[in-house]
Order: sequence, then C-alpha cells, then structure tokens
Amino acid sequence: MNHDAYLDSYIREILNTVKSIAMVGASPVNVRPSYFAFKYLAQRGYDMIPVNPGHVGKSLLGKPFVASLADIGRPVDMIDIFRNSSRIPPVVDEALKLVTLPKVIWMQLGARDDEAAAKAEAAGIKVVMNRCPKIEYGRLSSEISWMGVNSRTLSSKRAPIPTQGMRLSLNRTSVSGGETAASDRAAKDKNDLS
Amino acid sequence: MTDRLPGFSTLAVHAGAQPDPTTGARATPIYQTTSFVFNDADHAASLFGLQAFGNIYTRIGNPTNAVLEERVAALEGGTAALAVASGHAAQVVVLQQLLRPGDEFIAARKLYGGSINQFTHAFKSFGWNVMWGDPDDIGSFERAVTPHTKAIFIESIANPSGSVTDIAAISAIARKAGVPLIVDNTLATPYLIRPIDHGADIVVHSLTKFLAGHGNSLGGIIVDAGTFDWSKGNKYPMLSEPRPEYHGIRIHETFGNFAFAIACRVLGLRDLGPALSPFNAFLILTGIETLPLRMQKHCENARAVAEFLAGHAKVAAVNYAGLPGDKYHSLASKYAPKGAGALFTFSLKGGYDAGVNLVSNLKLFSHLANVGDTRSLVIHPASTTHSQLDDAQKTKAGAAPDVVRLSIGIEDKEDLIADLEQALTA
Ligand SMILES: Cc1ncc(COP(=O)(O)O)c(C=O)c1O
Repeated sequence: MNHDAYLDSYIREILNTVKSIAMVGASPVNVRPSYFAFKYLAQRGYDMIPVNPGHVGKSLLGKPFVASLADIGRPVDMIDIFRNSSRIPPVVDEALKLVTLPKVIWMQLGARDDEAAAKAEAAGIKVVMNRCPKIEYGRLSSEISWMGVNSRTLSSKRAPIPTQGMRLSLNRTSVSGGETAASDRAAKDKNDLS
Repeated sequence: MTDRLPGFSTLAVHAGAQPDPTTGARATPIYQTTSFVFNDADHAASLFGLQAFGNIYTRIGNPTNAVLEERVAALEGGTAALAVASGHAAQVVVLQQLLRPGDEFIAARKLYGGSINQFTHAFKSFGWNVMWGDPDDIGSFERAVTPHTKAIFIESIANPSGSVTDIAAISAIARKAGVPLIVDNTLATPYLIRPIDHGADIVVHSLTKFLAGHGNSLGGIIVDAGTFDWSKGNKYPMLSEPRPEYHGIRIHETFGNFAFAIACRVLGLRDLGPALSPFNAFLILTGIETLPLRMQKHCENARAVAEFLAGHAKVAAVNYAGLPGDKYHSLASKYAPKGAGALFTFSLKGGYDAGVNLVSNLKLFSHLANVGDTRSLVIHPASTTHSQLDDAQKTKAGAAPDVVRLSIGIEDKEDLIADLEQALTA
C-alpha cells in the first residue's frame, strides 16, 4: 500500500462502505478541527462516537463521550485517530485488541506512523494516513468545490441539493493522482526527511 | 487498478462545472447575487466559523466564481484557487498572507511594468520591501536572500520581453531559503507551462489576458500548489498561528494542503475586498473552454509573424523565444515545448521614431495597453506600460525606447503579416 498518495477508488470505497466511526481525540471545543470533522461526518449520516477520556460525562452534538475504544461496547467500522503522530501506536494497539476489529483505521491530516500502519494492515485492516475524512468526503462529492478546492473529480450528472443527514454520491469520475501530484510529492519529501 | 486521467482539454471544458442542482442548466449559471440564505442559525454559525462548506456573501465566495477557481486549479495541477478582481489584486492578496511590515521579497527584474510599479511604490507604503533578482543571472536571486526574505516572485514568460524564466533553478533557491516561489503564469497559461510541475508553490494569473482571452473582462486568480509547509519555523503566522478573527483557528492545521488558498479567501479577500464579479467569472470560464485551441493558434501565428519580421530589411532585431537562435530558445524548448506564447518585442532600424510611425500606420493591429486578446495588439512600452520606469530600468525590463511589443491574435496570419508589411513600407 502506497501511503504517500491514495487512489480515489480506495478512499471512495472506504467512505461508501463504513457506517460507524469512532473518533479518538474528538474535542468538544468548537474551533478544533476534530469538532468540525465530527460535526460534518454526523451531518452526512455517519454514526459518530466521540472517544476522549478527558471528556467522559459530556457529550458532543448529543453523542456521549467514551473513555476508550473498549468502552464503546459494540463493533465500529472505522477508527479515526485525531492525535499527533507520536500518539498513534497505543491507539492502534488498543484497536487491535478489540473483540471485533474495525475495517478501517484512519489517521488525521498531519498524522502518520508507518509501523503502526503495517501492524494494522497485517491484521487485515485498511489504513489511511495524513488525510481528513471530512475533506475527502467533501472532495469526492465535490461539496468542497464551494471553497474553490480542486475536487479532482468530474461529473456531467445533475447533483441533488444536500440536506441535513443526507449521504452524497461519491461516484464521480476521478482526475485523481496526477493533477495534484505536486502536493503528494511534497508530502513524500517531508516524510522522507522526518 | 488506476483511475483514468482526463486530459487538459477535457479539464478546460469540464473541471469545476456540473449541471445546476436546481434547474439542470448545463452552462454554468451566473449567480448574480450578493448573498445566500442560511438554513438556520446553526448553519449560519458553521459557515461563518469555517466549519461547513457553503456560501455566505459574494465578497467571500460565489458559486460561479467557485467553478472558475476549481477549473484553473485543475488546469494548473494545484490543490485549490481563489479568484479575485484583477491580476494586481491577486498579487496584493498573496503577499498580504506572507509579509509583515519590514519583511522582504525578491522579484525578477523582468516583470510587467505595472507589477514593478506596484512592488516599488504601493507595497513600499505597506512596509513590504522588494529586492530585485535578474533572471539572466540566477545567482542574483540567491545573493538577495536575507533573514527577512519571505517569498520569491517571477513571471514564467515575462512581459514585455517574452523571455522564458528558468523556473526550476529559481525554485531550488527558494527551497534552500525556505520561502515559497510565486510564479505569475499569465503569459504562458497552463496550456504552455505548468509552473507547479517545475517547483512553484503559488501561481498567480491576470485572467484578463489569455485565460479569459477575448479582451472583455478583468480578473485574477491565485492557485495553491499545496507544496509548502507553512508551519515550519513559524515564519508565516497568518497560516500557522491561531487567528483571532476565527476564534483561534489555525489555518494550516485545519485546511492542510489547500490552507494557502483558504487564507487568501478568509483573511485576504474577505478583508481587503477585491471580489470578482460573477458575470466576469462567467465570461472568463467561457473563454477558458477554448484555451487549448486559442493558444495553438496564438503560438502558430506568433511564430509566423516573428519569422516574417526577422527577415524584414527595416527590422533591427526580433526577440521571440520561439525562434531558433533566440537567447531564450533553449529555455523555451524546455519549459514551453508546445509554443513560446504570443507576446514578443522587436526593434526597428529607424529607432524610436520608426516605432511610433509603425504603430500609427497599422490598420488591423489595435494600439492599446492589453495583451492576450483574440485580436492582435501593438504597443510602445517605453511610452506607456513601462513609462514610470527610468531608462535603465526600462532596458532591464526589456522595454528599451526603440522596442515595439506585439500580442498576436487568432486572425489569419497572412492578414497580420500583410498589415505589418504595409505599415513598415508606408
Ligand atoms: C504578466 C502580467 N501580470 C499581471 C498583470 C496585471 O493584471 P491585471 O491588469 O488583471 O490587474 C498584467 C497586466 O498586464 C500582466 O501582463
């Protein structure tokens, strides 16, 4: 698996199939990126679970915080880790001890740990690193185009007007890989140095 | 399994656009409105807090403009773009994100005269200090780097000289200095040169020229390559530090590889205000659909006209990088193999007076201060676009007193040559 650049088909398949997402490091503070992403994914119909031992007893947009992945008490499809790269390994180890393994482990924009990723992949789990699921969902649905962002997708179909809780079609034609190759290259250079 | 990659001409027609969700309109509608209703208070708050994708007010973003932004980002191979009212507005908005009073940036001496002017005078009043580098002496850029340097600015193909800049060599200097390279790609357009492929971190355009292409609309755009690490070394606080106007959001942390385009929108355009009219965005988008076809014709005609002039007894010199033997021909072959653009200069044996005469004798070429129109254009830079510069600056910028600049249109080349022939003999 090349973690410097992902094919749209790989990301699309993940976002089209997972239903529940546990967000480790979710913040109740409404200017933190984790809060934005949690709210957006909930609005797009995902079953969101906030995981953060510092906020047990509170809830995030009506969903109660749990202290750990084990405390969720039911299988989840995807674990989205909103922690720095240095905090990734224990979360992945914790995920690998769950009775039912998640299908996907996703590490946020800026977070990457190739060793932890290899461990998860060896257990049959799909891994995405250094990406944001909100941005990827917005990109593949082209909803992010409102911000002038290059969705790297094309479509000649009329799209529905998004409403609260609505899942959008992510099945547009990809212009993927090549067109923002420069930014993938830069990410790779950065990782090679660090 | 790999995803198939559409080509440049397909992107020029389709990128960013899709049938209107409400009406099914296939051409991009002109959303000529100042503002957009919110679904409810929470939706409004999310939009203002940069938490949701959507529209608020046309000074910050507009759906017609968004199509233009995504289209140019796709053509340049960038992560995102921001359209603004003019090429000059794009330059102000870019540098506002990068420089604080007392900071410096290095600019190529060979630039559009208006940019030299903007950098020398207007930006000086903001406390942004320009240092000059000579694209014919790449080392001069490196020597101009100081601890206060925040960016390097060049033109891919320079106005008025039509010279081609060694983007990769200057990118290496920018990289070493830890500053972004900004490339004004107005005269090349992404059809001829994609600066991001050669190491540019930010691309700007005057859309007014070849991209819009019909001489009917002002516009500018900023493209984010997504390649620069804004958080490294705390040199770019607009991107790396919490923003008080957005409750402490850090733009780079939140928006990743399109953070620069977002900063330009929410800190630059929102506060400085040079918004592009949606009507102009529509005209520019329509122009871009035929960009590949027009650029082919522009380049073919320019080469034929340059060859004609080079063989004419009254012509002293032709400076067109597309001609073998030109000083910039090898750079043109490397960076712009499809053609060296449609802008070039030449000088007449009769000097200044002969130049002025030629301009007044032409019947098809229009004498005006623009480039990149479907129509062929002529100007005498020393007395117009570059008139604010002194003689030494003029010569360095490629606008010496005897120089005439042509912007070759998409008419029949035989007619352009005949017009020049009669004007030279008249
Ligand atoms: C290379 C170049 N950059 C920038 C500009 C400024 O663009 P605008 O006139 O759209 O502000 C021009 C205009 O002539 C230009 O030729």
